[in-house]
Amino acid sequence: MSKNITIPIGPQHPSLKEPACFTITLEGEKVVKAVVGVGYNHRGLEKACESRSYIQDLYIIERVCGICSHTHSTAFCQGVEELAGVTIPRRAAYIRVIMAELERLHSHLLWLGVAGHEIGFDTLLMYSWRDRELVLDVLAMLGGNRVNYGINTIGGVRRDIDPGMIEQITRMLDIIEEQNKYYIQLALSETTLAARLAGVGKLSHEDALRLGAVGPVSRASNISDDVRAIDRYAAYDEIPVRVVTDDHCDVFGRAVVRVLEIMESINMLRFAVANLPDGELTVKVPRNIPAGEALSRTEAPRGEDIHFIRANGTANPDRVRVRAPSEANWHSMAHMLEGDYLADVPIIIAAIDPCYSCTDRAIVVDQRDSGLVKTFDWQGMRDYSINWYKSQGFDASKIKIAERKLYF
Amino acid sequence: MVKYPGKITGFALKHLLKKPATIAYPAGGLVIDKKYRGKIAYDADDCIGCNLCVRDCPAGAIKIVNVGTKEDKKFECYLNVGHCIFCAQCVDSCRKGCLSFTPDIELAVLNKEDLTVKL
Repeated sequence: MSKNITIPIGPQHPSLKEPACFTITLEGEKVVKAVVGVGYNHRGLEKACESRSYIQDLYIIERVCGICSHTHSTAFCQGVEELAGVTIPRRAAYIRVIMAELERLHSHLLWLGVAGHEIGFDTLLMYSWRDRELVLDVLAMLGGNRVNYGINTIGGVRRDIDPGMIEQITRMLDIIEEQNKYYIQLALSETTLAARLAGVGKLSHEDALRLGAVGPVSRASNISDDVRAIDRYAAYDEIPVRVVTDDHCDVFGRAVVRVLEIMESINMLRFAVANLPDGELTVKVPRNIPAGEALSRTEAPRGEDIHFIRANGTANPDRVRVRAPSEANWHSMAHMLEGDYLADVPIIIAAIDPCYSCTDRAIVVDQRDSGLVKTFDWQGMRDYSINWYKSQGFDASKIKIAERKLYF
Repeated sequence: MVKYPGKITGFALKHLLKKPATIAYPAGGLVIDKKYRGKIAYDADDCIGCNLCVRDCPAGAIKIVNVGTKEDKKFECYLNVGHCIFCAQCVDSCRKGCLSFTPDIELAVLNKEDLTVKL
């Protein structure tokens, strides 16, 4: 007779170093039910955007995600530029694409390492992260920072690419290409990867469509879904985009899609740096953006990234809504976990390349009419906590709390 | 399905003979690109006190103070390094070119008060 056990995985470090709670119900070793709980890392960035100017929002939006910072700021800039009715110069569009593809390179190499780590293949982690450093060095050279490149501005880009930089990019691409060829060969034939990942975290073509999976997750379920090809933003209308799909419909397929996408990114980067047009970097955009609504989307390394901006004619936006790609992929997560073994849970979670904090939302539980609600002021809250700790046998009343100070 | 397990072993062994991929820090070897966005530098001579940098700073980390009189203006710039996010938007916003970024990234101090520096 079997008895179901429910265990929480998380919220501390469930496979990745970010908080989320997966409540897994097990029958023996098999997952029969999985509930995804996010919301531990809500930062209120959308609300913060409303009280700052568009220029200041750029840097908030860039910090939505630590890995795909450029794609978020591109989506935001595109939306604002659409509202302001400006077209960015071609050179700026190309530079945006170069940054976006370099970002995809480093994000996919990072994922490959994380995936290796999750399945106990740390050798792969070490090598792919070593190669990722080369990409980060180039990004630091182009943008001035390793992860928050800050290259986008409303109406174009902030920094130019000179021939010396192009030479360095090309040199880096040669090394990454050679390394990636080895990783492709390894992914397709190494036991630790191929046999371990095949058949894990199944998501069929129909389910991926039904649950709205995006990015490499959907492409591994044989859906040709790529914003770069569907809605050709920035300079993608001139750059040949080949969408990589795979029909394995499992974690192995997702790994294959990502390593093959690295090759595609390298090809796109080679094309972009060879055909970089001359011209201006920015066009002038007024500080006050005319009232209106704009929806802008880009292809982040993890999938489709959507930004909605509503302007009210002032220098601050009225509403900013960010739909990060991980948010779309959470819906298929429970489905992917169910029916698999507990030991496979970490790699299934890691396989969507989740970004918890980009995706987090506040959950409002409205119980004002239930009679269960108590309102505390700051002191009342402190007294309550002291009493609670006392009931647990610990006197916290001696602990002094530092006064909250505002800078400047 | 797979015939040859441990395929990466040869690749890994080959790297035993190579130089380490990491660099020695702080012992040396750290190379920061000249265009890296580190601590900003301020040149008071051309500053007109328009406060555009203050207005555009997303972190509220920069402050321009007039220490002179209304007629004879003299500006000083203060930066809270703890709040600065090193985006260098102030450098872009400055119309007089008074601000620039430096590759200075070693900004750790022992006292919180020392984080606010006069540029």
